[in-house]
Amino acid sequence: MATLTESQRRGAQTHPDLTEHSEVNRDVLAILSRPGKGWWALLTLALLGVGVMLGSWGWQIYRGIGVSGLTSPVGWGAYITTFVFWVGIAHSGTLISAILFLFRAPWRQSVYRAAEAMTVFGVMTAGLFPLIHVGRVWHAYWLIPYPNQRFLWPNFRSPLVWDVFAVTTYFTVSAIFFYLGTIPDVAAARDQSTGIRKKLYSVVAMGWRGTDREWHHFGKAYIFLAALATPLVLSVHSVVSWDFAMGIVPGWHATIFAPYFVAGAIFSGVAMVITLAVPLRKVFGLEAYLTTKHFDALAKLILLTGNIVFYAYLTEFFMAWYSGEPPERQMFWNRLFGHYWWATWIMLTCNGFVPIMLWFKRVRYSIPALFAISIFINIGMWFERYVIIVTSLSHEYEPFAWGVYRPSLPEMGIVLGSFAWFGFWFLLFTRLLPPVAIAELKEVLPPKVRRMKSDSAEA
Amino acid sequence: MSDATGLLASFDYLDDAVDSIKDLRKAGFSDDLTAYAAYPDHHIEHALGYGQSPVRVFTLVGGLTGTATGFAFPSFASMDWPLITGGKPILSIPAYVIPAFELTILFGVLSTVIGLFVLSRLPNPTPTVVYDPEFSAGRYGVYVRSGARSDEARTILEKYQPAELREGSDA
Repeated sequence: MATLTESQRRGAQTHPDLTEHSEVNRDVLAILSRPGKGWWALLTLALLGVGVMLGSWGWQIYRGIGVSGLTSPVGWGAYITTFVFWVGIAHSGTLISAILFLFRAPWRQSVYRAAEAMTVFGVMTAGLFPLIHVGRVWHAYWLIPYPNQRFLWPNFRSPLVWDVFAVTTYFTVSAIFFYLGTIPDVAAARDQSTGIRKKLYSVVAMGWRGTDREWHHFGKAYIFLAALATPLVLSVHSVVSWDFAMGIVPGWHATIFAPYFVAGAIFSGVAMVITLAVPLRKVFGLEAYLTTKHFDALAKLILLTGNIVFYAYLTEFFMAWYSGEPPERQMFWNRLFGHYWWATWIMLTCNGFVPIMLWFKRVRYSIPALFAISIFINIGMWFERYVIIVTSLSHEYEPFAWGVYRPSLPEMGIVLGSFAWFGFWFLLFTRLLPPVAIAELKEVLPPKVRRMKSDSAEA
Repeated sequence: MSDATGLLASFDYLDDAVDSIKDLRKAGFSDDLTAYAAYPDHHIEHALGYGQSPVRVFTLVGGLTGTATGFAFPSFASMDWPLITGGKPILSIPAYVIPAFELTILFGVLSTVIGLFVLSRLPNPTPTVVYDPEFSAGRYGVYVRSGARSDEARTILEKYQPAELREGSDA
């Protein structure tokens, strides 16, 4: 194995240290057979966090939604903030798996499986929050349009109903996309495992053999799924943004919201990919698969979307001033210097100023620096949604209706527990499914040939 | 061919597999070939002479069904309980674009997946009938349902020095 610096020098190839197809199987499948102590420790921690979340939620169900800090005028607080946060996290997974697939970006192969898993688990986490937020969770099925005894239907003119359609579609599609992509890799795992694992993988792989017929239709279906997932991912966060933008609340009612939210979603999601990929690479020894080149490409995505987000922040402030509307102007002044000034400044620092460092190549090639920046962005993007939701609702038109919201202890327990819930699924994923896409990596490696040159093999 | 027996060859090299497929097709085995690979290889697809996959029909039909449902269902629901909200008309078509858009994608994806499963004959409950675990690791496989002409097929396959050649049956 060559050293990393050498592989950077030979940067033309995506995976300069890999030559044989069987090496990919060996390295990736080895991950599935190594349950280290660290993994068990993390799993225990995650289960504890899930326990805190379920306990807090149970308390809220038992006592009622009053145990949260939600009250007039702030009816949406930490729950909706966290909902938007996790839906946003999910977005970059689909970007990397579907949009970059259509663009034929060669570096996506190594990261996309983990990013897709992040999407599925992100939406799973996000999906809990509307259920938590509605309070009487046993009535949550009222969200779904179904023929009931009074023939009442939901209001299709409401963005909240659009959101039900968008998020359920997104979850279904991303789960299917994720599952289909794993089938050939699970088949590879099936062929090299024994006992109960072999049985499990046999069921999941559904008898995949890698025949020409299977690959032929699979390839086409995959392209269509990617082509359908691409507009979907852009639509989902647009619809989430309209939950706000359709309301006439100062700080919400802006046409910039859809592109602003989509860029923010991808920005936060790519940061989360880095946060997850750095330990994954270290713990499982995937240095040959996740090279600094990959991290550089991810950092450039952060730079692009981060600039859009920062530009959107500035546009919001400018438009508030330029509109001449006193409530709008008041709102944005209040954001910077009012009761929640600290949240706004955390948002501006983490999302606006810290990512400026990524303009430097040395930072983009430094894994510890990227990891640190990605943590900043994760924090900043949570606060961005907090600022949008809470500052706006606490400070609407009438001064006598202004108020202050503070998350209660059970709310914080649920919000923090959601990270553990996400981590729990991600930890299971790293042990049970190949976290790097085996078949797609083989596609980019030169095949073993006897007579043809590998160049002519491209023709 | 009624006889479901044949020969399964594993190749270490891609060009051996591709050339043997070409020779077998020339010898008239076109309809009796199955190739195995660990990844989608377009040389193999090309050698087998594949055309356009009909998956796209499933995608189109599913997507259009979704669009129609996405407009029809909210329209029906709004007219079934005609309650004016926000001063908007009962039939607020622009608002229904969003359910229609989402259902286009949802139905399109579901129908694509159904198409994929139907066309590639998945799930396959007996995957190990004609198969070798090496195919998912790195080897290329060529199975020819040669029946009575097995000697002829064997000569062609052996010309390309397969790593392994054995008899099989896909019955």
